[in-house]
Amino acid sequence: MMTVAAARALRDGDVCFVGIGLPSTAANLARRTHAPGLVLVYESGTLGAKPDRLPLSIGDGILADTADAVISVPEVFNYWLQPGRIDIGFLGAAQIDRYANVNTTVIGDDYRRPKVRLPGAGGAPEIAANCREVIVVVRQSTRAFVERVDFVTSVGFGRGKGDRERLGLRGGGPRTVITDLGVLQPDPETCELVVTALHPGVGIDEVRARTGWPVRVAESLRQTDPPTPSELAALRRLRQQTEQQE
Amino acid sequence: MARIASLAQAVSEVVHDGDTVAFEGFTHLIPFAAGHEVIRQRRRGLTLVRMTPDLIYDQLIGAGCATRLVFSWGGNPGVGSLHRFRDAVSNDWPVHLELEEHSHAGMANRYVAGASGLPFAVMRGYVGTDLPGQTSNIAPITCPFTGEVLTAVPALKLDAAVIHAQRADRQGNVQLWGITGVQKEAVLCASRSLVTVEEIVDELDPRPGAIVLPTWAVDYVAVAPGGAHPSYAQGYSVRDNDYYRAWDEIGRDREEFNRWLDNHIFNPAPGEVRA
Repeated sequence: MMTVAAARALRDGDVCFVGIGLPSTAANLARRTHAPGLVLVYESGTLGAKPDRLPLSIGDGILADTADAVISVPEVFNYWLQPGRIDIGFLGAAQIDRYANVNTTVIGDDYRRPKVRLPGAGGAPEIAANCREVIVVVRQSTRAFVERVDFVTSVGFGRGKGDRERLGLRGGGPRTVITDLGVLQPDPETCELVVTALHPGVGIDEVRARTGWPVRVAESLRQTDPPTPSELAALRRLRQQTEQQE
Repeated sequence: MARIASLAQAVSEVVHDGDTVAFEGFTHLIPFAAGHEVIRQRRRGLTLVRMTPDLIYDQLIGAGCATRLVFSWGGNPGVGSLHRFRDAVSNDWPVHLELEEHSHAGMANRYVAGASGLPFAVMRGYVGTDLPGQTSNIAPITCPFTGEVLTAVPALKLDAAVIHAQRADRQGNVQLWGITGVQKEAVLCASRSLVTVEEIVDELDPRPGAIVLPTWAVDYVAVAPGGAHPSYAQGYSVRDNDYYRAWDEIGRDREEFNRWLDNHIFNPAPGEVRA
């Protein structure tokens, strides 16, 4: 459901900065369903990649083979991401807080002696800063959804409304957080994440129990439509093609 | 003019104890064979520089070659964690590993500044994150024309850069294509450079999207067919995704890792050394 919900958040014609894992699956699913004109940019330097299977890494050969252009890594970040040419950035998170700040660096208070050393920033800080908008995909748990992240790797809304502007961040920031339970979006007044949709079969109590702060619920709480047969078929086909090629 | 040498000789000429060295290659063309030769030559005290440390640095770190790492993303792409890297950071095994951590955009700009002969690069980045609090190598700078406050990062100064390419000609001109990452910038940042290649050919016929490093910009070329394995060389090999998955088990356990070092680096089966 997370993958399908993430795919639906992408519009045809958008230029999308794609990381590996669920974002890549979702973007490729969108390209096979409602958004055939979605442009996939992988940070390895493949602009407009059209893979027929899911890559394991952001630099698999299939991406270079099918891209409109293959460019250097400095060019990806300086010419394409930095000036705001990318519409949608996808981020994962080990921790995300009330204001959608994301941590992928360390768990624990001491950076030098972390409880868990995570991979680090990668492209995320500048994706979060410069894309027109950001979609975060993360499983909902009290470990991941915390009052305050241990380390700000990528800025969401800082400590609230107006912080992005004060910091000079030009992109719109995280507009959508998609989890296995539903969708959270920033409140227009406060930029605090509130629950705006629940996936089929999920109750709000479950969302509350798996969020590390007293999460608010939008007045117009929606229910996510279940995956359609054509979405499921497209996802199955994508996975089959991936397995066959390996 | 680049000298064409054996992998062992080229590595011993280019990578010395205590060096700051980058082995670059963004998923594609990662110079594994050269990295393994560095382990075999038991280099120590290296500052390793690389955007995405990947398995090659997990191996060098686990083997005790490095005391410092400058990087922006340290994971096993699509699989999970680099366990030797984590063990070094968390438990000082086999030695303490000091970190200097950046974003990809910051590292890419540090390479560009180094290649350009500039002391620093200017970018929009890092603002509002906790990264600048952990290193003095990220600093605000005011644009002299607009007054806008931007971010400066210092140029990378490398003693050595090591990359892998598809091929070179007999004069040592190097040609690479597909995803070329920051390899050109890495070579141009470094006092000494080594390019391992799949093959040496009489003539470099043009390839779409290829870049050429002229022989006078490279110090050593060594033939290492399959030298990017388990990453790949477009047109020669495909990424060995199973190896990346299998590494998770090997890297997770110190004894398992040491066994891997003994069996595959120090006492490899005949034909296993890719040079």
